[in-house]
Amino acid sequence: MRELASRPLSAAVSGMTTEVVDPVPGAGAPHLPRQTGLVQLLTPEGERVEHPDYAIDVTAEELRDLYRDLVLVRRWDVEATALQRQGELGIWASLLGQEAAQVGAGRALRPDDTAFPTYREHGVAWTRGVDPLHVISLFRGVDNGGWDPVATGFNLYTVVIGAQCLHATGYAMGLQRDGAESAALAFLGDGATSQGEVNEAMIWAASFSAPVVFFCQNNQYAISVPLERQSRVPLYQRAAGFGFPGVRVDGNDVLAVLAVTRAALAAAREGQGPTFIEAFTYRMGAHTTSDDPTRYRLASELEEWKLRDPIARVKAYLSRTGTADADFFADVEARADELAAHIRRGTTEMPDPPGTAMFDRVYAEQTPHLAAQQAQFEAYQAGFEGSHR
Amino acid sequence: MTQLLTIGKALNLGLRRAMEDDAKVVLMGEDIGRLGGVFRITDGLQKDFGEDRVVDTPLAEAGILGTAVGLAMRGYRPVCEIQFDGFVFPAYNQIVTQVAKIHARSRGRLAMPIVIRIPFGGGIGAVEHHSESPEAYFAHTPGLKVVAVSNPVDAYWGIQQAIAHPDPVVFLEPKRRYWDKGEVDTDATPDPLLAARVVRAGDDVTVLAYGPMVKTALQAAEAAAEEGRSLEVVDLRAISPLDLDPVVESVRRTGRCVVVHEAPVTLGLGAEIAARITESCFHSLEAPVLRVGGYDTPYPPSKLEEEYLPDLDRVLDAVDRAMEF
Ligand SMILES: Cc1ncc(C[n+]2csc(CCOP(=O)(O)OP(=O)(O)O)c2C)c(N)n1
Repeated sequence: MRELASRPLSAAVSGMTTEVVDPVPGAGAPHLPRQTGLVQLLTPEGERVEHPDYAIDVTAEELRDLYRDLVLVRRWDVEATALQRQGELGIWASLLGQEAAQVGAGRALRPDDTAFPTYREHGVAWTRGVDPLHVISLFRGVDNGGWDPVATGFNLYTVVIGAQCLHATGYAMGLQRDGAESAALAFLGDGATSQGEVNEAMIWAASFSAPVVFFCQNNQYAISVPLERQSRVPLYQRAAGFGFPGVRVDGNDVLAVLAVTRAALAAAREGQGPTFIEAFTYRMGAHTTSDDPTRYRLASELEEWKLRDPIARVKAYLSRTGTADADFFADVEARADELAAHIRRGTTEMPDPPGTAMFDRVYAEQTPHLAAQQAQFEAYQAGFEGSHR
Repeated sequence: MTQLLTIGKALNLGLRRAMEDDAKVVLMGEDIGRLGGVFRITDGLQKDFGEDRVVDTPLAEAGILGTAVGLAMRGYRPVCEIQFDGFVFPAYNQIVTQVAKIHARSRGRLAMPIVIRIPFGGGIGAVEHHSESPEAYFAHTPGLKVVAVSNPVDAYWGIQQAIAHPDPVVFLEPKRRYWDKGEVDTDATPDPLLAARVVRAGDDVTVLAYGPMVKTALQAAEAAAEEGRSLEVVDLRAISPLDLDPVVESVRRTGRCVVVHEAPVTLGLGAEIAARITESCFHSLEAPVLRVGGYDTPYPPSKLEEEYLPDLDRVLDAVDRAMEF
């Protein structure tokens, strides 16, 4: 096995304690997750702090870019939630509160790396240059995601919990065989860590020392189920059992996420194998627009997390240090407005797919049987021309 | 006592009654406790029966079914909720290789009275994996019983009968009909779990359906009646084993049969039924048994599901073809 001690991430492993998280909270008991062993570079108050293993040098411009990303991604999310409420989308899975985790991880990727998202990684999509409307189209029921997964290095959304972790691992094994100096970044939630396939992915990744990073956004809930039902140890500590480093990062700190993910991806590219990153964060909204979180968590918990907002701390830092001025903030707002308008217009004007679309691309070449079925379908539909259909 | 209940509420009351009747009944699933399930089928049950009997499980379907096997070996009657049809597949290994076979493997020494509740079918405008009809996979597996309910009465009684049943039962719930209402007499004597039922009498064509398509078939019969055509509608209720006696009796009279389901037609239930009807009613048939079902494509994005799903018009189209034969 490779030498863990040669890596900066080993600090996260060697320094860990066997800490048992709170038991499943009883009804009504506030669920306030502990934040231990957390890598943080920007405090909730917007103070820059140093971490022995994760120095990061970011220019003023990079910082402003990150801020802009965070604001635009949140605006996209808010607009999409509104569109769903107005009946324009079937459902929306909000990333509210997880902007820093996603932007930080996404910006750590190089163009030749590949991300394997769940269904909530709109912020990562943004960093890969995916048109928001290509994500919206999935939630509108037009297609299963309109972007090109190869061109963007951003795989299609995977709705079946955890399945993409194995894909990312296999992809990484392919990179390894080809001698490519790139990495795969697998996204997963805290709930997903319970799936057998996710555990298999980590076993594979360790066994083959695959250049894959598991980026787990611990947003504290899997729909209604709190983390304690999935794990009795902090999630990042699971990695040790598989034989690779695990690190817990403040998921609401875009700088820390960027630094930690960059280091993990670099290690992967250099042949040092996988890392598990637990981005400690909070799902500030409902699981999806179909969900009602008042049934399983207290409003006070949200209030607590609002104090750790991922965007406010960057803004505080930029303002206090004079890294950005009022004009900059006004410009970001204007761009956010533009983006929201683009999304709204694009959504309401989005054409429905033709009925025949479902017969497309089921196979590399349509089978004669399916072709005949499609012809039957078309003839049948034509019979309704001019009538109620 | 007779109550007006939705299918969802009837299931909830049926589960409650089963839990009151038998302390060995344990509900397991994702989000079924405090949340009451994403469709609220188990609403209030954890509050009343406790966290030991209504278990919010870790997020792992193989774990749900695999531990249900062990609990069943200890004499419990696990009722597992799979959140959506498309998420049963991580559990498929346990269901097919263990749940279905342990009774035979152990020569009957081990019973597997497990119920696997699955909200199934489309029509709710959902994203991928939330609208599927996987019944044929289970019906193709010896050792499993498979039923589909279509109305509140069968929901209320069926879930209790499935829980009391000695074999594993895949219990399919028509998710888009959860909110459909009907009168339920909770003191009545229910029909057997595994029996088909004629839900509308007719003479011209026998239309077979189950789960969400029963309502569609009945609407088609209504529309056909206005054109002077008389459809007999049979709610199959049991998918495995099929109860074809009332169907054979019906087809011998009508000479024509149309099978309707949401699942893709190829190797769907309709194929098995067509084969059996052909064997049993060959000399009475005036037309081949016709199938109306989903196309042989992945379930499409929701903007296309109306086109994909069989509806009244497609049933009537098949009826026309059967009549013209
Ligand atoms: C195999 C599977 N089972 C169940 C579901 C239904 N489901 C969708 S999201 C979800 C919770 C996921 O929680 P987590 O992994 O923590 O990610 P989060 O949604 O919080 O981002 C569940 C149970 C699913 N999509 N796939």
